[in-house]
Amino acid sequence: MNQSAPPLSPEVATLRDERWQLRIRGLRKRFAPGAPEVLRGIDLDLERGRVNVVLGGSGQGKSVLIKHFIGLLRPDAGHVWVDGIDPATLDSAEIARFRRKFGMVFQMAALFDSLTVEENCAFPLVEHTKKSPVEIRSIVFDRLAALGLSGAEGKYPGELSGGMRKRVGLARALVLEPEILLYDEPTTGLDPLATENVDRMILETGQRFGVTSVVISHDMASVFRIADRIAMMHEGVIAAVGTAEEIRATDNDYVRRFVTTSGVAHAGIAGPAGAP
Amino acid sequence: MSLQSLGASIGSEVVRGLRESGLAILRPLSAFARGTGDHLILLAQCMVWLFRRPFRARLFVQAMAYHGIGSLPIILLVGTFTGMVTALQSVNAFRLLKAESFSGSAVGLALAVELGPVLTALMLSGRVGAGIATELGTMRITEQIDALEAMAVSPIQYLATPRVVAGFLMTPLLTLIFFVVGMMGAYFVAVVVLGVDHGAFVENFRWHVDPVHVAQGLIKSAFFGLAVALIGCRQGYSATGGGRGVGLATTRAVVGGSVTVIAIDYFLTDILLALLPVMPQ
Repeated sequence: MNQSAPPLSPEVATLRDERWQLRIRGLRKRFAPGAPEVLRGIDLDLERGRVNVVLGGSGQGKSVLIKHFIGLLRPDAGHVWVDGIDPATLDSAEIARFRRKFGMVFQMAALFDSLTVEENCAFPLVEHTKKSPVEIRSIVFDRLAALGLSGAEGKYPGELSGGMRKRVGLARALVLEPEILLYDEPTTGLDPLATENVDRMILETGQRFGVTSVVISHDMASVFRIADRIAMMHEGVIAAVGTAEEIRATDNDYVRRFVTTSGVAHAGIAGPAGAP
Repeated sequence: MSLQSLGASIGSEVVRGLRESGLAILRPLSAFARGTGDHLILLAQCMVWLFRRPFRARLFVQAMAYHGIGSLPIILLVGTFTGMVTALQSVNAFRLLKAESFSGSAVGLALAVELGPVLTALMLSGRVGAGIATELGTMRITEQIDALEAMAVSPIQYLATPRVVAGFLMTPLLTLIFFVVGMMGAYFVAVVVLGVDHGAFVENFRWHVDPVHVAQGLIKSAFFGLAVALIGCRQGYSATGGGRGVGLATTRAVVGGSVTVIAIDYFLTDILLALLPVMPQ
């Protein structure tokens, strides 16, 4: 099991790597002078085209980490390279182009209350493309149908269940065909069946659209179902990295306690897909 | 304890007390300076984003409709009753001097330079400032503002700029409407109800209320509207901590907006009296 990613010279880091799409080195962040550091030197590589999970307890800085990937936060020290590009070095016009590489699915979906499902999903296309309304409608209806949301186009977010909101959030993230999908706690607040459906959706989306998935989670059952690679965060650093099997077999005390306490030894997706 | 060490101990306590009380006095001042700075930075960002692509005319129209048309009923009501009660008071006061025909000019001046702009802005602080803070605050705590940023859309350009521009442009229009309906209410009470002579009321109004007075009121109201919208945006944008945080942001927007309107009224009036003096007729 890889405890920490190897050192990386800036010359190498700024090149596109065939295997590692996101490379993070020495990432540090605190929010106020004198406040404790949330990230205390993160070293991590995330694999292209796979489901990478960042696992950790509440308040460990997982969401802070993910916000550095798209330049929503700037690090105090260290670097994030996405295909060799460090978002902290980009100006506002460049960062806008850079963010189009990403789709982000938020914990509570973050759908715009005043827009319908269709308008929510069309939003990135309206903002960033010159497609006609007919083309936009066709793309949006395709994505919604692919995620089992046909018929929900005219509804407002307040009329949807938690699972449906997450799927609409995913459809919105997918319309610009991003290379990387970021999921922030995608199964929080869902019942076990809805959780399994969201897990299935993450796996199928990764396979169908060939995207790199980065999932932030503390739900062990879900993590073991979907992860190709798991990075365990603890106290602002990466405590362990490896496959699900490697994480289960780790001798790191914190990781072992986290896995044991969750009560999940093995997990997999079973049964037919159904709407959550 | 020796006298010297006792003296030193008392001295250090006094110094500490002075330092702490000094800091306690400075703390609200530093918070005020920080808050003012934050609002000015947001204003500068709004102005920069106003001239950058893409231009979303639809958002400006929506913001103006919310600010202007949405506020119209309350402005019509408050304007009419303000004019009526001001006429009632002024006719009764001038009657003591047998000079009730001056009520037209008194009400006209009061509505044009102070009551119109200030009361319109206070109404807007309660309606528009609170509405903006609640909407943006809810968007902040439900990560909708983060989602905008993640989708490479500037929340300042998308959310704040149209609202601030709408505040700046629509408030003078509403103030003008307030003034007109206020004068209609005043005329009704003074002439129809209290029997003031029609010709004397109108002639005094025309003689004493100069277009410059109306212009002063409208210029002030543009800045009041800007302040109300800006404070609503800033408070909503920085809301934290769930429903309670949104409630606090809304309260701060209403209180901050109202106090700011009253405070900048003095300074704007001072400046405008120097820049736009009314020539004696």
